[in-house]
Amino acid sequence: MTTTTHSPGRGAMIEVEGISKSFGETRALAGVDMSVPAGTVQGLLGPNGAGKTTLVRILATLLAPDTGRARVSGVDVQKDPNTVRSLIGLAGQYAAVDETLTGRENLVMVGRLYRLGAKLAKVRAAESLERLGLVEAADRPVKTYSGGMRRRLDLGASLVGRPRVLILDEPTTGLDPRTRLDMWSFIRDLVAGGTTVLLTTQYLEEADQLADHSVVIDRGQVIASGTSAELKARLGSDLIEMEVRAAELDRATTALADIGCGAPVIDQARAQITIPVCAPVPDLMTALRILDAAGIVPVDLGLRRPSLDDVFLSLTGRSTGDDDLAARLATTPRTPRPARSAA
Amino acid sequence: MTAVPAGPALPPAQAEGLTAVEPVRLPRSAIFADAVVIARRNLTGIARTPQLVVFATIQPVMFVLLFRYVFGGAIHVPGINYVDFLIPGIIVQTVIFGATSTAVGLSQDMSKGIIDRFRSLPMSRSAVLAGRTIADLARNVFVVLLMIVVGIAVGFRFHNGFGPAVAAVLVALLLGYTLSWVFAFVGLTVADPESAQLAGFLFVFPLVFASSVFVSIRSMPGWLQAFANVQPITRAANTVRALTEGGPISVNLIWTVVWSIAILAVFAPLAVRRYRKV
Repeated sequence: MTTTTHSPGRGAMIEVEGISKSFGETRALAGVDMSVPAGTVQGLLGPNGAGKTTLVRILATLLAPDTGRARVSGVDVQKDPNTVRSLIGLAGQYAAVDETLTGRENLVMVGRLYRLGAKLAKVRAAESLERLGLVEAADRPVKTYSGGMRRRLDLGASLVGRPRVLILDEPTTGLDPRTRLDMWSFIRDLVAGGTTVLLTTQYLEEADQLADHSVVIDRGQVIASGTSAELKARLGSDLIEMEVRAAELDRATTALADIGCGAPVIDQARAQITIPVCAPVPDLMTALRILDAAGIVPVDLGLRRPSLDDVFLSLTGRSTGDDDLAARLATTPRTPRPARSAA
Repeated sequence: MTAVPAGPALPPAQAEGLTAVEPVRLPRSAIFADAVVIARRNLTGIARTPQLVVFATIQPVMFVLLFRYVFGGAIHVPGINYVDFLIPGIIVQTVIFGATSTAVGLSQDMSKGIIDRFRSLPMSRSAVLAGRTIADLARNVFVVLLMIVVGIAVGFRFHNGFGPAVAAVLVALLLGYTLSWVFAFVGLTVADPESAQLAGFLFVFPLVFASSVFVSIRSMPGWLQAFANVQPITRAANTVRALTEGGPISVNLIWTVVWSIAILAVFAPLAVRRYRKV
């Protein structure tokens, strides 16, 4: 779908209102609102420790929020957790499957626990195995599976109950690029069937590939929301990234001041200049001409697409890998939460 | 009503409009059905990792050999052959050590995320614990029978007939099963398998040794005797011994049953409460 109208209430398959959760002194979620229309894929983006998993655990009835409420298909996760459990499927970054059982036994077990009955559980297990390309490995113990196969089986386990809502918590974290592509295509197939998906990820590219709409959370708060294109548009699209000799950094920066469609980011330590550009190729050519005229030869030079890291940098002034407590406590001007776009 | 899974009625293709959701209630039979599924899963795991069962049995066998042939000669219990005194004690010790595996198994499931999977399913909240303790009970049955065979090989004999011998095994298994619930609570509380193992051992060790499992408590100093005399392991060991070798049974049996019920009444709800919140 191209447009998403996020009005909480009617039509939303997942509704989250003012959810907060603290663990001791740590505030994992600080008033999160979110609404996911039925049949869409919602990306939940954020760095490690942003609160993504806490929100997932609350929606999956594994954890009670301190304040606020959450509903899945209109059912309150706290008031009627059992019904919510029958509506959701959960797959995560830790493949929660039994290693000594075979793939098929794992899925049949989960089917039985969804109260499907012996026969139906077997049928569903076989369906899931086929769907996820695990037929040949089905009767081998899971301990012989590769990491990618375990993730697939874990995803398969979340499907045997034919959930209305699939909650995927970083389904490709730690997978190699090839296996990640495979997972994406499996997830895409599911989505084509109309399942509503909440997908948490650290990778903007993953949200870009799979999600209709994403929210970015950081330190337990929603700091941005929109389609991947909208999120990226806020960055001035692609980036010219160049490294110059340290002695020439200031000169290069001045010379290139008029290039691009946003303020450049200068990394003094690495003598690196990053310039957001709206017309990537012409801007790159212009930049090269300017540098050539000034007699500066960059050490390294490239055009690249913005990453989640860049989104974070632009939204919070911090990079995703920043775990330094002092840096976390330092106040950075926060981008005001954008009005929910009814684009 | 029977709980209708949302699945078959609602293939994903129909999930677009928000059709009203029927509340899904767990049928009363859920705990039994789910516990059977979980117990089967755990027993399959035990059967497929025979090395774990071998290690679990080597330890009590070593205790038998140690006390029968190394310490046995120095231990004198009036009125009874030491091997006939020892083996009933070993049976009780075996089921208690076996019960600690409940803690290890559950903490393993927790650290691997399987408990989260179970908790996100529309299944009974007690079934994972019930299934685990039942599987560990089944394993205990196997290990106890094996210890009886080992006992007979080193000279132990039942002197009180078949019926009481069966009753003796049942009493030991009862105590082992109730202690499984204590270890279920421990396993869900400590969260990693190594700590669970250690916590189980620290809990069990003093209880087993300050009891009538290996020696008569009359040889202990008065303060220790007072403790040893009331604690459940002494009572269970005395009951098992009386059932296999003859002697007064009722007081010890009543104590053992009361202890078992009390332990279950306290720790089963504690463990389930813990499970709901982990």
